[in-house]
Amino acid sequence: MVVSRRKFLTRAAGYGCSLAASPLITPITFASAPGDVRLVVIILRGGMDGLDMVRPYGDPNLRALRPTLAASASVDLDGFFGLHEAASPLMPLWQSGELGFAHAVSTPYRDKRSHFDGQDLLEAGTGSSLGQGGWLNRLLQRMPGARAQTGFSIGAEAMLVMSGNAPVSNWSPETELRLSEPSRRLLEVVYHDDPVFRDALDEAMDLTQIMNRDAVADSYAEALNTMESMVEGSRGGDGHLRLAQFAAERLRAETRIAAFSLSGWDTHQNQARGMRRNTTQLTDVILTLREGLGADWSKTAVLAMTEFGRTARENGTRGTDHGTGGLMFMAGGAVRGGQVYGGWPGLDEGALYQGRDLMPTTDIRAYAGQVISGLFGLERSQIESSIFPGVDLTTAPGVIA
Amino acid sequence: MPFDPNIAAIRFGTGLSPNVSPISGMSAILDELSDGDAPAAQFPIRDFAQWGRQFRLHREARSLERANRGTETGQAARQEIRAIRRETREWQAEALRHSLLRAIQAPVGFRERLEWFWADHFTVRGQGPVLREAVSSFVADAIRPNISGSFADMLKAAVTHPMMLRYLNQTSSVGPNSNAVRPGRGLNENLAREVLELHTLGVDAPYRQGDVTEFALLLTGLGTGVEQSFRFHPSFAEPGAEVVLGSAYGGETADVNDIYAVLDDLSIYPATARHIARKLAVHFVSDSPSEALVSYIADRFFVTNGDLPDVYEALLSHPDAWNPEAQKVKRPLEFVASALRALHPDTSRLLRADAAKTRQYIWAPMQLMGQAWEYPNGPDGWPESVSAWTTPQGIAARIQWAITIPRVLKPDLPDPRAFAETALGSQMNSAVRFAAEGAQTKWEGVGLILASPSFQRR
Repeated sequence: MVVSRRKFLTRAAGYGCSLAASPLITPITFASAPGDVRLVVIILRGGMDGLDMVRPYGDPNLRALRPTLAASASVDLDGFFGLHEAASPLMPLWQSGELGFAHAVSTPYRDKRSHFDGQDLLEAGTGSSLGQGGWLNRLLQRMPGARAQTGFSIGAEAMLVMSGNAPVSNWSPETELRLSEPSRRLLEVVYHDDPVFRDALDEAMDLTQIMNRDAVADSYAEALNTMESMVEGSRGGDGHLRLAQFAAERLRAETRIAAFSLSGWDTHQNQARGMRRNTTQLTDVILTLREGLGADWSKTAVLAMTEFGRTARENGTRGTDHGTGGLMFMAGGAVRGGQVYGGWPGLDEGALYQGRDLMPTTDIRAYAGQVISGLFGLERSQIESSIFPGVDLTTAPGVIA
Repeated sequence: MPFDPNIAAIRFGTGLSPNVSPISGMSAILDELSDGDAPAAQFPIRDFAQWGRQFRLHREARSLERANRGTETGQAARQEIRAIRRETREWQAEALRHSLLRAIQAPVGFRERLEWFWADHFTVRGQGPVLREAVSSFVADAIRPNISGSFADMLKAAVTHPMMLRYLNQTSSVGPNSNAVRPGRGLNENLAREVLELHTLGVDAPYRQGDVTEFALLLTGLGTGVEQSFRFHPSFAEPGAEVVLGSAYGGETADVNDIYAVLDDLSIYPATARHIARKLAVHFVSDSPSEALVSYIADRFFVTNGDLPDVYEALLSHPDAWNPEAQKVKRPLEFVASALRALHPDTSRLLRADAAKTRQYIWAPMQLMGQAWEYPNGPDGWPESVSAWTTPQGIAARIQWAITIPRVLKPDLPDPRAFAETALGSQMNSAVRFAAEGAQTKWEGVGLILASPSFQRR
């Protein structure tokens, strides 16, 4: 098509029709939507303590390693593992097979235990090198009919996991852009020769239109109002719920892959308090996604993954330091839940990685690869060569129902 | 030397201003650092001692309130707590306004830019009530006074500042074989790891987990005392010597000088020189600086043992620093500061604003642009890359701010055609001129100029 989508939409919006409902737009916007399954990736930044989230209370070493952390309540999952109490609202999902975990997982990143390198490698998915964007973007490059709206990175930051050659969308829920028509045209002139700024503006214009937001503000009062409503929208402590609601809204429309981050998992000290807060947030996010996705929840997989686990031993300050083996959440109607997957390495002194961390027994990418294979039907060889180079998919079980 | 006064102001300062004459030469940039710090004197920012006192008052009021629930004394204490919290929010907002006013008034603004760079290099986030809002005091105490000293001095000041000790959990880290060990108090390696990874050597340097652990043991004893001020607690310290990167530090008696010694050594390591050189080059010049530029700065760092003015001189005297192509995009704080500097609003209007207005017009919009001032995600601070700051949502927030907030802060907006010259100088181009001439209102014209890539880039 010669006419760019943005120009087309701008013109269509000029006729005053509601975009989603318009029979004129619908075929073009949605006809080539790639499939009906949905994948949500939540990056838990800071290093979630998997041993605190899904506790191996059946392991005789746990209490000795974690005298205060293991003493608090958890909810039994399978007679060996117990779920952190703050996640107990997820138990109905566990019981209906819509929530499972992969334990003792990690990326191939080892030993330096840097958050920032660890997160980069988790999002890159390459195993060691950076520079090829993120694995969700490489997945989008292999999805027939994928468009900019198919992959959505949500929040103020642009996420590495979603970045790369395939066009994707970035937006945060409270952002708006409202200009007068003449200002918009002048802004296009001003941005025209700088591709970085031009693309950002084009995408911002596209997205405000697609989200059915009124993009025109003819008076100063209207423009200032918009700024004030953005400020108002960014207020308060429920940013994580706005991310989840927005993700669900986009996934109900054209988006098939969404990613966002939850931070604050770096619990070096007084971990009990931080874990409770973060776990409650993650729990609410998963439940918000389920509610927002409605019937589409049955075709959805939600993966919550982190850069590394934490030390098996409690440190001196009722927290844990950076470790290696960690935990991944898998939720959604599409996953085969009700199980804690993963080879359990045990917590004996000799079984710990370098005598300090949970030994990783499976590459976390193998699980993510199984999810991609099960959801999107990508060939195993394609996943092992291009999405997660070097990974052996057979090291993880099929986790999509 | 391809010195250019416009590039000097935009890339190394806080931007062009209608009230400041063009920068005369490279030495004028460095002279700002050796001349007295007039902007800081004019717009003071509170030191940590004041925050520590406030923290104590807050704690006292809280225990009074707890002990007297349901009585008049308890009621009064609760009001006192509220008043203290309100006051600290005002202090934090004042610090942001004063930082901006310094950037508006500075002769060049190189000192402000360096302060922001180093505050980011040594990122802290405030922990706990009252001190959550106290990051500016860390910058005032540990960063700004050391901008034109040695890197070793800044490193020692930053790493041992109470805000850093609290942020990276050092205050409760004690030696496992010390007398202070008890449940809830033992070794915590957070600060040790980040000093090696972020503050000095960089993650690619050949240090190992063993170095992190030994360094963490060596750091035990660093803590806080009266009103959260810095205090070394010998009883917290792990007995015996520790070996970090092959050198042994400390001995039988715990001594804070052993910690200063390891920081001194770390500050001049070749890996540190390269790490800092690269960060400076990335911050001021390009996301992918030339190897020549990085080595040139690193060599100067190394031969001068991290004498910072020498290091800056190396950065400024390299031809890459004056590349006519502006390869970086201003971070939101730099954008807002340079926009205000170009607008030059009546400073009393900014001085008079309260915390609510500061939040509404400055802080919250910056958060929407992607930079929640004083609340970065982690100890690695704010991202550097152009792509991180040019997301559609970030650019939309910049545009929306640019067309609305200038008029709030300066109701008598300038004529856009003249303002374009003021704000952009030689960076002016025909597209911006067209927009400045074509805008139907002043607020839109000014907004278009500030939102333009020519203004956003540096």
